Formats: sequence, C-alpha cells, structure tokens
Amino acid sequence: MKFRKSEILFFALRNTKLRIGVFIVALFAFLAIFGPYFAKYEPQDFAGPGYNPPSGEYWLGTTTFGRDVFSQFVYGLRSTFLVGFVGGSIATFIGLFVGFLSGYKGGLADELLMMFTNIVLVIPTMALLIILAAYLKYRGVFLESVFIGFTAWPWTARAVRSQTLSLKTREFVNLARITGMKPLKIIVVEILPNMLSYVFMVFILQFGGAILTAATLDFIGLGPTQGISLGLMMQQAVLWNAIQLGMWWWAVPPGIAITAIVGAMYFMNTGLDEVFNPKLREM
Amino acid sequence: MALKIKDLRIYYQTLRGDVKAVDGISFQVKDGEIMGLAGESGCGKSTLSNALILLKPPMKYISGEVFLNDKKLPIDNYEAMRANRFRGVSIIPQYAMNALNPIRKLKQIISDLLEHHGESFVKMRDMIEERLKLVELDEKVLDLYPIELSGGMNQRMVMVISTLLNPSLLLADEITSALDVSSQKAVSKMIVEFRDRKIVRSVIFVTHDISILYQVADSIMIMYTGKQVERAPTETIVKNPLHPYTKLLISSLPEVGIKYSQAPLKGIPGRPPELLNPPEGCRFKDRCPVASEKCDEEPPLVEIEPGHQVACWKVGAIDD
Amino acid sequence: MGKYLKRKIIIYLLTFFFAVTIDWVIPRFMPGDPIRTLLSRAAMRTEAMDLLYNYYNKVFSLDLPLWKQYVNFWVSLFKGDLGTSVYLFPSPVFEVIKRAVPYDILLLVPAILLSWIAGNKFGAFAARKKRLDNTILPIWYVITATPYMWLGILLAWVFGVVLGIFPISGAYSFSMSPSLSWEFIWDYLKHWILPFGSLFIVQLGGWAIGMRNMIIYELESEYSRYMEAMGAPAKLIRKYAFRNAVLPQITGLALQLGVIVAGALATEVVFSYPGIGYLLLQGILNGDYFLIQGCFLFIILGVLIANFFIDIIYVIVDPRVRRGMSGETA
Repeated sequence: MKFRKSEILFFALRNTKLRIGVFIVALFAFLAIFGPYFAKYEPQDFAGPGYNPPSGEYWLGTTTFGRDVFSQFVYGLRSTFLVGFVGGSIATFIGLFVGFLSGYKGGLADELLMMFTNIVLVIPTMALLIILAAYLKYRGVFLESVFIGFTAWPWTARAVRSQTLSLKTREFVNLARITGMKPLKIIVVEILPNMLSYVFMVFILQFGGAILTAATLDFIGLGPTQGISLGLMMQQAVLWNAIQLGMWWWAVPPGIAITAIVGAMYFMNTGLDEVFNPKLREM
Repeated sequence: MALKIKDLRIYYQTLRGDVKAVDGISFQVKDGEIMGLAGESGCGKSTLSNALILLKPPMKYISGEVFLNDKKLPIDNYEAMRANRFRGVSIIPQYAMNALNPIRKLKQIISDLLEHHGESFVKMRDMIEERLKLVELDEKVLDLYPIELSGGMNQRMVMVISTLLNPSLLLADEITSALDVSSQKAVSKMIVEFRDRKIVRSVIFVTHDISILYQVADSIMIMYTGKQVERAPTETIVKNPLHPYTKLLISSLPEVGIKYSQAPLKGIPGRPPELLNPPEGCRFKDRCPVASEKCDEEPPLVEIEPGHQVACWKVGAIDD
Repeated sequence: MGKYLKRKIIIYLLTFFFAVTIDWVIPRFMPGDPIRTLLSRAAMRTEAMDLLYNYYNKVFSLDLPLWKQYVNFWVSLFKGDLGTSVYLFPSPVFEVIKRAVPYDILLLVPAILLSWIAGNKFGAFAARKKRLDNTILPIWYVITATPYMWLGILLAWVFGVVLGIFPISGAYSFSMSPSLSWEFIWDYLKHWILPFGSLFIVQLGGWAIGMRNMIIYELESEYSRYMEAMGAPAKLIRKYAFRNAVLPQITGLALQLGVIVAGALATEVVFSYPGIGYLLLQGILNGDYFLIQGCFLFIILGVLIANFFIDIIYVIVDPRVRRGMSGETA
C-alpha cells in the first residue's frame, strides 16, 4: 500500500496535464482570495467616469456607470469559487449517496431511486430555478449554489451506481456482508475507499459544472439579486450594449476566467485519470 | 515442418524495465501435430503464442526467427504480418467468448473479415454451414448477434471463424479454462477433429492444465519463467518426465482428467522468480528439491532421445 | 423493446406530472399572498394593474379548496390556457410562446445535430494518432469549458462589431417582415449564423471528447484485438469501434439536452434572438409570472419530446435493446 501511494504521487507530480490544471486553478484561486485586498473600490461603487478602457487607475477599465471592472472581477471570482465548491460538494455528496444506496440495495429501492434520478435528470436545472426565482425576492450566491447542487447530482448517481454494482460482487464486500456488517458501514468502510480516486474526479467535474451552470443562470437573470458574479458581469455587459460599444474590457474578462478555470478542472480530471489508471499512462 | 522457431526472445516493456516473458525459445511443430504448451500462469506461454500472430506494444521483439512452412514469418513487422494472419497463423484467443463485436450480426462480422483476405461470404457459405455443424452450432446463428449467443456458443463461433481459411498454424490459447469438464472435452475433441480433417495443419494448444493435453496433444512442451524446460511426446511427459519441475507438475495432478487451479501449484513450494531480473543459471533452482551449485550455470537444452529434450543438469543423476 | 420504451414513457409522464405540479405548488406555498407578490414585481402601467388584479384573482381562485385548484390547473393546461402575459399584455402566454418556438427549433435542432455529428467524427479522427490526440485534446477542453454566452459575446464582438460582417441582434432586420422570399431567408440566415455558431462550437468540444474517450476504449476491447489478430485492416477495426462508441454518445445526447437548452437560452439573450430564452429573460425582468411558467412548461415538454425521439433512435440502432437483451438500463 505504501508503495502504491508513493507511486501515485510520483505519477501525479510528473503528469503535465495535472500540473497545468492545478497551476491555472491555483492562479485564479489566489486572485479570488487576495484580489479584493488590492481592489481600490467596492464592486458596486461609482469609482469614476464611465466607458474608461483599462488604465493604471482602473486596471480593467470601468463600466458604463463608472464601476471598476477589476473590483467586480475579483469579487466575482470569489462567488465563482464559492459556487463551485458548495454546489460541487452538494452534488457530489447527493450523487454518491443515491448512487451507492441504489447500487448496493438493489430491488425496489434501486428502482425508485433511479426513477427519481431520471426525473431530475430530464428536468433542466435551470427550468426549476426559473420557477423558484420568480418568487424568491432575494437570492444570494450561497442559495444559488445550493440549488445547483440539488439539481446537478443525477449523472453522478448513475455513474456511482454502476461502479458500486461492479464492486459489490467483489470478494471483500461479500466477506464483510457475511460477517454481519451494516450496509452503510460496508459502503463507508469497504466500497468508498476503493472508489476514492473516482469520487475525487467526480468532485472536480461537479465543481466545474457548477461554475458553468451558475454563469448561465446569472446570465439569464436567475442569479443572485445581491452581490456580484462573473455571470452577472456578463449579463450587465450585454444588457448595456457593451459589445456594440466596443467595451471588450467589460464583457471579455469574466468569460476568460470561467473558461480557464473550468477548462483547467477538466484538464486536472484527465490528468488524474491517467495517474489513477495505469493503463492510460503514457509510456 | 509446419513451424520452426529459433531462439525467440519477446520482452514486455514496463516502466520498471523489461520483463523477459519469452527468453530464448526454440522448437518445431510437425505437419499434423498438436503441440501442447503448458506451464504455470506467467510462464510466458501466452506471450509466446500471441507473439506469433499479433506482436505489438508493450510486447517487444528482441531476437529470433520463426519459419512457417519453411518461409520466414515476419512477426516483428506488424504490416508485413497482416497477410499472414488468419491464413498462415490463426488464433482462438483466451477471450474468445468476448471476441466478437456484440452489436454486429455474425454473418456481417464473418463477411467483413473474409473480404479483406480476398474471400467472399456468399461463396463460402456452404462451407461455413458445414463447419458450424462440426462445432454443433445451427446455421441460423449467422443471422444473430453475438449477444444472443451464450459464451460457449460464441467461443465455438470463434473456432469456426478462426479456421475458415484453413490456417497452417492454429494457436489455441487457454480455450478450455472457462469451461466445465464436459465442455472441455467437447472443445478439445473439436480441435482434434479440425486437425484430422486437415482444416488446420498444426496446432499449438496453450493451457495450464496438463490433464487436458493428455487427451489432445501429440507432444507437450513445458515452460517455466520464459524458458522451455522439457519437450517430449505426450506419453513420455506424463509417464516418464525427466525435469524436476515437470515431475512435480505431473505428480501434483491428482488424477488425469481432473482440473487443478491456476494458482501457484500447491505441490511445489515457493513462487516463480521475478521475470524482471531473473536469477542467473537455472531459474527453477530456488524451488528445486535436487538443486546444487552446478545449477548456478544455465542448463542447456539437451536431446536425451529423439523428440525428448530437457534443460537440467541433474537429468542423468536423478533418473534412477 | 416494448418494455424499454414503456419504462421510458412512464418516466417521461411522471416527469411532466412532477414539473406541472411544481409549477402549481410554488406560487401557492411560498410565503405571502401570491397575487400581491406578482403585482408588486410586475413593472407596468396603473390602468393595467386593476385589470390584472381581477384577472389573477380569477385564475388563482384561492377561495376554492386546494384539490379543486389543482384540478382546474390541469384542465386549463389541457385547453392550452397558460394565462395572460403581463409583459405583452393582453396577449395570451400560449400565443406569445407559439410565436417564439419556431425560432428555437430552427436554431437548436441544426446546432445540436450538426455538432453531434461533427464532434463524433472529429473525436474519432483525433484519437487515431497519439500526437494528434495530444495536441488537439487541450483545444477540445477549452472549447467545452467555454460558457455559451461568452462565446456568443466574443463572436458578436469580433464578427459583428470589429469586422462588421454579421448583425448581432434579432432574428431578422427591423425593416423586414417574415415571408418566404429569398431576401428574407438571406437576412434570416445572416442573423442566424452567429447564435448557431456559438451553440455549435461549444457543443462540438464536448462531443469530440466523449467520442475520443469512447473510441479509445473500444479500440482496446477484445473484439478489436481479435479482428487485428485476424489481419483486418485498421480502417475496418475503426469502423466497428466507431459504431459501438456512438451508442453511448446517443445516450449522452439525451443527458445533455438540459444543459444545451440552458446554453441556448443564454445565447438567445446575447443576440436578442426572439426565442423562448429571450422571452424568459423579459419575463424575469418584468416579473411576468405566467410567461415564466409557460416557458418552463414548454422547455420541459421540448426536452421530453426530444428525449423520446432519442430513445426511439436508440432502440433502432442498438440490437441489445431491440432484441430485449439488457442494454442501457433506464
């Protein structure tokens, strides 16, 4: 086991895809954490004249109303990571729970859980939020993350279920069952550790997925009513004709950040896949 | 001579170094001969048979020559080998039960495979149906998908497909491992039948189960960690084995006809050495009951009597 | 085969039932008086306010027992009565959405199908050579990580503003009215190409990655190995692997529909394209609850119908399902 661990670390450290992915995510995480301390203005403050292109004073220029784009950007990055973390965690957790239970229990429980999973799968996340958003007067970034988490889990549940089904038949699980271990304990003690690498990869994908979903929701007006996010920045930019006016500094940076973070997440995922599955390693 | 192999070396490339899976093997298979190739799992027998038809990474050709019907077989040249596959050398793989694309009709698979060797399914249809009878399959299966057939039926289908072009050499790789005893017998008989009807010219029957070979093979070659240790006619190997490893192998058989497990042999203490850095000299010496200092040198393969070769320094000494 | 489709249809009916129920439950069980909430959020003229107040009272009929409200809700739904729009008062929501749907279909169907086909082809092609794969894979990842609307913004900025080649707003020029003349079709296409492009490109990356992963798996499978041992040419082996790899991609298409639809809505917003997405944004900005609700139901219905079509196709192409063998479950 010790040998295996050090071997995985060895491959993890020399996997280019993983290194690039981690570097990019870390870079933006750094910006999200420390950026606001460098920002000279509050994101919604009127910092100065509008329509200003990037300059020494306004690093990413200003909006039509003279808000500082850099401040909005770094605070928006914070929301993005928050959504990714909270939404991704919730979705991963529910997906794991439903998938494990369904795969492990089988029978009627499996039928019902999968039926429910498939229903949630078909209803687009955003459609549910549409209805809720119409009635919730105030929505924060956190609430949005929770909603995303509660609707993004089905594919994970399906994938985890089939993984569990294959692990269930293995020797060591049978042994545990014969010795009278409780199902939940078997799942936690025997099955989960064997799937740990897989769980970690699922979380990364859910993290990226939550960020993309949040950006889309914010953009079509279902995002937070308070605070700022990268999706909201894009929405404002489009609503106030930033494109037509050639204000690229307003419309373009939020998208670059989202694309880079989510792309880096996918990259990390492929890299990890290669680290954990020796078959995929390049010789 | 149907098949002649000289000093063949095939290694596996891994990150930790080369695994010497086939390390200097030489033997011949006569026309009409079924040669059994036996040994514990990991001894290189499957590598040897697979290298004769499809040598690709991580397998690496190191040295040696292979002649099929006195013509050199370009096993190390993937492209040049293509024309020889199927017609010259063919295989019933270990995974025969999953060897057919589940979502293509069998007749489609057969016709696609034949087409690229200049044959036509329509013209060969009568022959195919005849062969299907030989393996007890109904001709209707041609219109089915592999998923609609049982594992055993799929395997027999593969037996028919692999031998359609009457190959000079048929490699049967562990084809009885996944079967129950009665099916093992039936499948073995079919291989003999193929040979008797001259559908195949010669066969290498790879298995870890010597009791099966007793019913099928004309001669048996025993491999141990990449080396051949003994080769003799079947009767001789079973009744009068000379190499200590063969002796232990045969004596660990409870009774001819009963299968033993593929796990390291119970009757032989210890485990085979690592193939990454095999020890100098005889590779069996650490487990051998009669080993001595002499065994630190590599024993040559010596012909004791016509058709019986052994690689052991002690052959004279313990043969009392 | 019958069993497979039957299961699916049950799930779809349940989903629809579930969605409609949510639609009904949320306004009634949210804290506060729904009518007040709606009126306070609707941005409109005072003379319409009274009219709307009476109208809402009638539609919600909160004085009736709950079960009756629920039944009435279904009855009016089947009559095609989705209420009246505030934003486009007094047009019925059904009419408003009906006008938008053709634009969605003409935008979404080609974008989804073409990107799916092209993505599969590219993905399979790139997987052929390790070096090609290594250089092109990062590109796919970046593309698939791009938010739809951001690519839309980029395309609009580059092609619409900087280069000035394509219009970036609406489905046709203000000076035109929809007709089947060449002039109109040309104008329509010019407006269509950028939204189509952003939808097409983002999806392309996802499909290419999916196909790449699938086909690598299939090419390493035992049946591929056997064909190789039988001397089959690489082209034939790839052809077989492709067909097998496409099946999970069909399932994937069904799974992705929700995400694609959300992306399409966002793209429509970027280009002020008069489909459901644009309507939805207007509904949200104007607090037009019935319009939002109508869009919701139409989106669900569209996704369900598309899912059903995909299922039928799946049954046709996968013999495992067709012959009642266990294939893709659920």
